[in-house]
Amino acid sequence: MNETILEIKNLKAYYKILKGEVKAVDDISLEIRRGEILGLAGESGCGKSTLASTLISRKPPLHYISGEVKLLGQDIMNMSKEEFQKMRLKNISIIPQYALDAFSPTKKIRTFIADLVSEHGIKPDEEFFEKVKERLDFVNLDHSVLDRYPMELSGGMKQRVIMVISTILDPEFIIADEITSALDVSSQRFVATLLARLRDEGIIGSVLFITHDLSILYQIAERIMVMYAGHFVEIGPTDEIIGNPCHPYTKALISSLPRVGIQYKDKKLSGIKGTPPSLLNIGEGCRFRFRCPYAAGECEETPQREKINDGHYIACWRWQEIGSDSNE
Amino acid sequence: MAKEFWKKHENLYYAITNKKVIFGLTIFILVILLAIFGPMLTPYEYDEYAGAPYSPPSRQHLFGTNIMGQDVFTMTVYGLRTTLIVGLIAGTIATIIGCVVGFLAGYYGGSWFDEILMSLTNIFVVIPQLALLIILSAFLEVRGIMVMSIIVSATAWPWLARAVRAQTLSLRNQDYVNLSRISSLKVPRILREDIASNMFSYIFMSYILQFNGTMLATVQLEFLGLGPTKGISLGLVMQNAVNWNAIQLGMWWWGIIPGLILTVMITALYFVNTGLDAAFNPRLREM
Amino acid sequence: MARYLSKKILIYAITFFLAVTLNFVIPRMMPGDPIQSLVSRFQIMEGGSEILERQLILLFNLDEPLIVQYFNYWKSIFTGDFGISIMQFPRPVTEIINKAIIYDIILLVPATILSWIVGNKLGAFSGVNKKADNVLMPIFYFLTSSPYFWLAGVVSFFLGVKLGLFPISGAYSVSMVPGFNWPFIVDYFKHWFLPFLSIFLVELGGWAIGMRNMIIYERSSNYSRYMEALGASDKMIRKYGFRNGVLPQVTGLALRIAGIIGGAITVETVFNYPGLGRMMLNSVLNQDYFLLQGIFLAVVVMALVANFLVDIVYMFIDPRVRHSFAGEV
Repeated sequence: MNETILEIKNLKAYYKILKGEVKAVDDISLEIRRGEILGLAGESGCGKSTLASTLISRKPPLHYISGEVKLLGQDIMNMSKEEFQKMRLKNISIIPQYALDAFSPTKKIRTFIADLVSEHGIKPDEEFFEKVKERLDFVNLDHSVLDRYPMELSGGMKQRVIMVISTILDPEFIIADEITSALDVSSQRFVATLLARLRDEGIIGSVLFITHDLSILYQIAERIMVMYAGHFVEIGPTDEIIGNPCHPYTKALISSLPRVGIQYKDKKLSGIKGTPPSLLNIGEGCRFRFRCPYAAGECEETPQREKINDGHYIACWRWQEIGSDSNE
Repeated sequence: MAKEFWKKHENLYYAITNKKVIFGLTIFILVILLAIFGPMLTPYEYDEYAGAPYSPPSRQHLFGTNIMGQDVFTMTVYGLRTTLIVGLIAGTIATIIGCVVGFLAGYYGGSWFDEILMSLTNIFVVIPQLALLIILSAFLEVRGIMVMSIIVSATAWPWLARAVRAQTLSLRNQDYVNLSRISSLKVPRILREDIASNMFSYIFMSYILQFNGTMLATVQLEFLGLGPTKGISLGLVMQNAVNWNAIQLGMWWWGIIPGLILTVMITALYFVNTGLDAAFNPRLREM
Repeated sequence: MARYLSKKILIYAITFFLAVTLNFVIPRMMPGDPIQSLVSRFQIMEGGSEILERQLILLFNLDEPLIVQYFNYWKSIFTGDFGISIMQFPRPVTEIINKAIIYDIILLVPATILSWIVGNKLGAFSGVNKKADNVLMPIFYFLTSSPYFWLAGVVSFFLGVKLGLFPISGAYSVSMVPGFNWPFIVDYFKHWFLPFLSIFLVELGGWAIGMRNMIIYERSSNYSRYMEALGASDKMIRKYGFRNGVLPQVTGLALRIAGIIGGAITVETVFNYPGLGRMMLNSVLNQDYFLLQGIFLAVVVMALVANFLVDIVYMFIDPRVRHSFAGEV
């Protein structure tokens, strides 16, 4: 049950542009276990989606720099394009954040699905589409969407069709990239729980659920990892992260939530001022120090990953001092 | 100091360091210099007997002589002047008309005003310009440079109006424009400050394309003998060449070189345009 | 769908109306006195005065009020009576046009369609192949920068004069008698080839550039990214990109038709090819205003019909129009 299916070690991926390097994924490590939903949180522009792209659709100007990524024991960073092609949709899949224009406007949904699966050597026959229809039932869509063009579908319908397509070959690992950000609150909940149900039914294996919205993660994720400006911030079981956040950034994120059912008392950090720093040619040091009320001289050096307790890790020089501060 | 300047004018920096821009601009400037100083460099008049007829290019006659013994280089540089001036004026007028019509249609997008402007534009799009120009020119017995420019520009603006309209439509709905509208700024000011400033690079590139188009339209009219009634033009040089069977007689220096200069210049401007596109568009700038 | 078509048809109707009105107004507005010059020209022809009288009544009707003149002008248009040519006296303008337009159709339809197809294919190839792109793009730009008549001069110099592969003047050899026999057809197409090639090459450049840019744009679109992430092959993604990239190219075809017809006028002049373009220019040089006006209308109608055909094609390939989602294309 605790088998690791995805293991990332010290991964670095930068955008190389004329002006230099944008260090959007900088020394990230994590592992995802079979059947688990790992939430990945942080403000927009903190490297979450870049991490997703690094894993599944790396393309210039985004370049893999160093580190190791093992999916089902295979090194997917140094794998040939053809080999990785075979793993797509079966072993690794994605529900992208751009659901509204993820379809070619001139193809019917049925054609799109048929073309896609034939690329994986599957015959898009009646029998196959029976399965597609079952899945459509599962996400509460009428079978007639198959014979429609994308522009005939609403945003919420497109989102659900995408969920069906991305999971059609029962992928063992799937990235859900900001899938709720374009939706209204009630659809957000529906889509998020749908994903959890797909996992419970065993249709999909593990999920990396990327969002800027911690309240959704609280509902569906087993563990949560927080990123800031391309760096690792904190990781731990959901209850730990929500109930006992140790990193000032995590605290700030949680305190800025309107209602999570958790009372968090630190008044200094209700809401975070400023914006994440530009990642272009960024140097050493904790990247949160520019906005952190606890920043000190030692923060000029990049903090190392430290263990708080079992499964709960942090990258902050001063978490112990701050921790006592907030408990008062 | 210099560093500060480039930091501020980043787009300009990328523009002038782009290889395509440098290459294209160099050729373009050379052709312009040829048109400006060429007539001063040549000892001949464009319509005088300058040397033995049928001479291929030589040191005395860089582009050879034609069947009447006129110097083809002299005719070419004088003709280039006229054609460039007409093309430039026409291109400028057409760009202005296209932008104004496009802005207004886009800004009032969806209204009856937009409908009317677009119908007008679409009518100009389907009418064959050259045929219309022929009809207009044929009945105008005296045509100067200005009249020519107006005739050419009258049929050159529609594509730009359509393109500018589409751009304006997409910009119109962005927040800062809405903000200005809510704060009830005057329309010309919104157009100028919010929309036009955001479209500056786009319009500049369109201007280049427009100039290319009006040059081609101008030279075609001239070739048909419908250019300015006085003086010489590039198209006229080539019309004479065709009328006197320069091609059949193998006089490529008469029949081909004058047009080659124009074609190379327009190609160079396309390079500038593509280069600028890469420079102004941050997405294309990434390596 | 019906809205799309009816809107288009309305535009075409207005265009036709304006073209006819323009034809009516221009000789009456322009400085100089075309009528006086007509009178003097007809007087030297045999039976000229009667013909002249008929022509003037038909075309100018100068004694009547303007509105009546205008009304009569429309009547003559619908009866297909465009008057008598001065140049080829006494042949009716309609007859001359009917004969010349066949040359144009045989020249322009293949040149337009083939340049579109080949240009799109080459452009798509250039868009996905960086090495080929570096070589092909300058060529495409050069072609699209060429004035039609200049490129016509170039191909006729190299392929006609230097290599002697093709004749460079006329529509068929003087010694030939037009007929539906093999030698004539071969001769005809030999004469046809260089004018065709000139138009084909200039147009090719434009289409290739357009498709290349479309392919690159489509390749960076979100659906391409999605397909790639889910394991679609490059080939499949290219196929999708081409399918979508073709749409603006079809719209572009409608925009180009007017330009192609214009270019053909100059190309026919270079090759002395007896289509409407050559005829139009001759009528200008000979001040044959009846023929000129007739040809102008014929050219406009040709452009309108071609545009309409493109609209219909577009309707079939873009589902958005079929489902009335996008009005303006």
